[in-house]
Order: sequence, then C-alpha cells, then structure tokens
Amino acid sequence: MSKKITAYKVTKIFPSPRGQVVAVKDFSLEVEDGEFVCIVGPSGCGKSTFLRILAGLVPATCGTCAIHRSPDAPPGKPLNSVVFQEYAIFPWKTVRDNVAFGLQMRGVPKKERFRIAADWIQRVGLKDFADCYPHELSGGMKQRVSIARAFANDPEVLLMDEPLAALDAQTRAVMQEELLRIWESDRKTVVYITHSIDEAVLLGDRVILMTARPGTNKASFTVPFPRPRDLSLSSTAEFAQLTYGIWNLLQEEVHKTMEGRAR
Amino acid sequence: MSGQRTVSLRFPRPAPAWLKSLLMLVGLVIFNGVLFVFGGWKKNWIVAITANFVGVALVLEWMTAYVSARRLSAYERALSIGFPIAMLVAWELLVRGGVLSATWFPPPTKVARALWDLATEYDRFNKTSLLGRPWLIPQIYSQQGWAGVKALFAESHLWATLMRIFAGFIAGSIPGLIIGIAMGISRTMRVMLDPVISALYVIPKITILPLMMLIFTPFGETYKIVTVAISVFFVVLINTMAGVKGVEPILVEAGKNYGATGVRLFWHVIIPSALPVIFAGLRLALGTALIVIVAIEFVRAKSGVGYITWYYWEVLNPPKMYAGLIVIMLLGVVLTYGLMSVEGLLMPWQRRREQRQVIEVPEG
Ligand SMILES: Nc1ncnc2c1ncn2[C@@H]1O[C@H](COP(=O)(O)OP(=O)(O)OP(=O)(O)O)[C@@H](O)[C@H]1O
Ligand SMILES: [Mg+2]
Repeated sequence: MSKKITAYKVTKIFPSPRGQVVAVKDFSLEVEDGEFVCIVGPSGCGKSTFLRILAGLVPATCGTCAIHRSPDAPPGKPLNSVVFQEYAIFPWKTVRDNVAFGLQMRGVPKKERFRIAADWIQRVGLKDFADCYPHELSGGMKQRVSIARAFANDPEVLLMDEPLAALDAQTRAVMQEELLRIWESDRKTVVYITHSIDEAVLLGDRVILMTARPGTNKASFTVPFPRPRDLSLSSTAEFAQLTYGIWNLLQEEVHKTMEGRAR
Repeated sequence: MSGQRTVSLRFPRPAPAWLKSLLMLVGLVIFNGVLFVFGGWKKNWIVAITANFVGVALVLEWMTAYVSARRLSAYERALSIGFPIAMLVAWELLVRGGVLSATWFPPPTKVARALWDLATEYDRFNKTSLLGRPWLIPQIYSQQGWAGVKALFAESHLWATLMRIFAGFIAGSIPGLIIGIAMGISRTMRVMLDPVISALYVIPKITILPLMMLIFTPFGETYKIVTVAISVFFVVLINTMAGVKGVEPILVEAGKNYGATGVRLFWHVIIPSALPVIFAGLRLALGTALIVIVAIEFVRAKSGVGYITWYYWEVLNPPKMYAGLIVIMLLGVVLTYGLMSVEGLLMPWQRRREQRQVIEVPEG
C-alpha cells in the first residue's frame, strides 16, 4: 500500500502579544491510502491547527507536510476537503448548491454536478431537503450537508475536524453509524479529529494520541476490529478494553492541561 | 381531591372576556359622558384620548379569546387596517366638533379633495402639474410624438423629484459600494480611509448644499443631484464596509478549501454574506436621499414635491400642504418597497427566513 499523507515534525508557532504560543510541536503522521485515522488529544492541544496545516489553510512554521496524489487520479481532483467543526456550509445556498459547491468551483457542468450532488444528498438522507436553505435544517442535518459536500467533492483525502461534536448524544450515535456506512462504501483516506475515544475506536483503523499543548505524538493504537462495523461493537468487552487503555494514557495529558489552566 | 380544592381556592375562575369587555365599554361611556357633561373633555383631551385608546385596545385584546386560531391573522390584519381608518374618522370628527382647528388640521376629507385637485390640476401660471397629466399621453403622442410626451414629464413635480432621487442614488451608491467593498477587504485601505470617512460621515448632509452650489453653479440640477449623491455615498459605503468586514472567516476558509479563489470567492462567499447589511445600507440611503432632496426643494427648487409642499405653506393652503406631505410619504413607501422586492429577488434565502418589518426612514 502507498502512503497518502506524510507529515514530518510539523511545528506551528503563533506569535501573540504575550509571547509565542507553540500550538503543535514536532508532530509526525503517516497515513496509508484508504486508511481511516483518528486523532485524539486534550482540548487546545493543537489538533485543529494541525488539520488546518494539512489542509493548506495555514502554513506550518517548520516541518514538512504533504498529501500525495494518486498516480491515476484525473486532473483537477482536489487534494483534500475539510468537514469543519462549525459545519461552515453557506447560508445563501440551497442544500443542493452547497453539496455541489466544490464541483462547481472545479467547473463541472451543471447537469453533471447536480447528478452527483443528488446522489450524495440521498446517501446522507436529505432527499426531501435538496431545495431547502440551511436555516431550515437542524444541526444534525446541517452537518450531513457538510459531510455530503466533502464526499461529493471526491478529494484524495477527507479531513474531518470533530464533525459530530456539536450534536446531541442520540443524533451523534445515528451519525456515527451513517458515517461508517458511507465510508465503508467509499473507503476514502480520512483523518478524523475527535474528543471522544469511543468514537475514535468505533470509526478508525488507527487512533493517534496527542499530548497536551504543545501537541506531539504520544501514542498510536491499531484498532483490530473487522469491518463492516456498527454501534453494537461498542458494547463488546474488547472495545471497552481498548478504549480504557487509550483513556489511561490520555488522562495524564488531560490532567496536564487542567493543571496548566489552574495555574 | 385535595389538589383540586387548593387550585379552586387560589384561582377563582376569571370573568369571561365578554363580561370584562362589556364592563369596560360601559365604563368608557360613563367616563366620557361625565367628562363631557362637566365640560372637561376639551380641557383634558390628552387624558381622555389615552384612556379611551387603552380601554378599546384592552377590549379588542380580550376579544381574541373568541377568534379561532385560523382567523387570528385575519383579525390582526383587520385591526391594523381598521385602526388607521378609525384615526382618520376621529380626526374628521374632532375637527367638525370644533376640538381641533380646521385651519391647521384640515379634516381628511378636505385633504383628500386637495390631493385629488393637486393630481388633476394644471398650474397655468407655473406650467406645472403634480403627475404630468398622464391621461393626456395618448393624445399628445399622436399629435406631437415623443417630444410632446417628454414635455409632459418635464412639467411633473413627482417626476422631477423621482429623477433627482434616482440620479443621486445611483451616482452615490455605486462608488459607495465599490469603495466600501475595497475597504472591507483590505485592512490597509480601511486603516487609511476610516478616519476621513468617519469625520465626513457625521456632517449633516444638507449643510454641504451651499458648497455644492458654489462648485457646480447654483442653477440647474447638478448641485442638487450631487448633494443627494454625497449623502447616499457615505451611508452605502459604511454599511458595505461593515458587511464585507463581517464575513465569517470560517466561511471564507470553507470557500477556499473547496476551490473558490479570487473573483469566485468574492461572488460566491463574500458578496452573498455581506448582502443583507449592504441592503440595510441601501434602504437607509434611500430614506436619506428622500429627506435631502425634499429639504433642497424646500429652499432652492421651482419644481418637485418638496417645492409644492413648501409653496402651499407660503400661500397658506394647509389642505394642499398636507396633500404634498402625503405624496412624499407615498413616494418613500413605494421606493422602499421597490428596493425590498429587489432584495427579495437577490436574497431568496432571506426571503423565506422572516417576514419583513415596516420600513423606517432615518434622520438626514
Ligand atoms: N490563530 C491563532 N492565533 C494564536 N493562537 C492560536 C491560533 N489558533 C490556535 N491557537 C492556539 O493554539 C492552540 C491549539 O489550538 P487548536 O485549535 O489547534 O486546539 P484543538 O486541539 O483543536 O482544541 P479543541 O479540541 O478544543 O478544538 C490553542 O492554545 C490556541 O490558543
Ligand atoms: Mg479544534
């Protein structure tokens, strides 16, 4: 298998009036083609910052970071598409236009892009809402639009930043299963950031643990469970064992973060 | 059950709405009767009118108890149409009853009559009319062609004001939009221009009229249009800048991540996001333009609805002065609704979000 993402000793320093903030320090990551990698770490450890560097939205201070194009990829295929934590779908576009946005920017003809959009809208279960504007949708539905927009864009890799964090527990559980279903039919390379260890283990092939700020590599776990998976996996003893192991390590970092705040 | 007893003790059943309403109406009749008999109505008219208004409003509110949910919006519409009519009727009666002076507050029937006269009359002395006598258009066209029709428009006060507003609005809002967008996008430009703009913005726009007359000669239309344009310019610029500056950074990032760069980022993300604030600015600017042009016509013009309103004050003809005010009001309402329908066309996502509120005209 070929490497899809190689990030080597990525460091990001933000200048601030009170001195420099080191958000990410020497963080390295390699992702195989078709792999689903989850990154877990305490709040404020630099996960979003790393993802934004990976997406090319901000430059790294030092280190190298690359997403590799498949040799047989058609020209114009985008390198990455981000699913933002805050949805970030356009309030002035209908669900259909939002989902088709990436294709439109690439110059895909209207008929073709609407066909692809309609397919993805159906796959995320929003068929009856294609002509709605975002303010007519619930939070979970908006996030589905955001996910459909990313998948419809058909990028080399998908970058998701806590896409389900803003949802209530029930909606999140439903969305986790939907995400599994969609991904297992598509098998795209995914980097997925989450606060929830359960979610990381349920969805991912691998779970990367980051330390408290400045974020570096703490540990990496391979998730051995076979696919296709569903929510029933989370009630097995093996699942509990693995999540507990990850939690034990993460705990130290969370404590560090809390102490840092208290001081 | 004990619970039931407690409840019935603490909350005696409220009087039915019809009973309350009946009592209130009887109370109002007695109140007015007593005031009237003892001659206090005219002296205490503020108290009397307030009390009557509150009483009637309460009765109408209690009556909603008998209006089915399906009929509620029709009921409310009837109130919002009915009350202004009731006010006009009250006005008419107050004048006829001698409470209000017929000289300064001509009754609505008289104002309506004056409005009709104003709309249909031709002023032979000044060679002008309010509407430009549109009913003559077919006849004049067949006799004199387009030149005749043009002459008809030229004699119209309404047309004169409209043209000044349009010319000034277009001439002011286009540079306002362009510079506002530039200042919204570029921090450097904003830092440089902001102090100047903020300082000039606070000048009441009508005060630049003498300066404009100096620069553009105090004859013709140019200085009037330029004054309107400058007033419009600042309002549009400041709102456009605020709208563009207020674009959510996360949406710009999303736009970039999905391949929108340069002009496409501008059209697909920045402009639509700023449009609601831009249109709020355009609406304010339209109100300002109306105020400024009417003020200019008061002091400097020989045509326009501001001019006729002022003229009928000078010749002490209050009914026609009121008629002029009504024309100005209608002009403001029509123009604002026109702009709002453009808004609806350009921003379909806002149209479904909320019903628009009533228009407000700002201070100039
Ligand atoms: N634009 C910026 N300027 C200055 N500091 C920043 C900036 N963006 C992030 N930081 C800092 O970098 C650190 C990491 O931020 P980041 O958003 O990457 O954390 P995170 O791991 O995504 O946190 P969370 O899990 O709460 O989303 C934080 O301490 C934050 O204050
Ligand atoms: Mg984050």
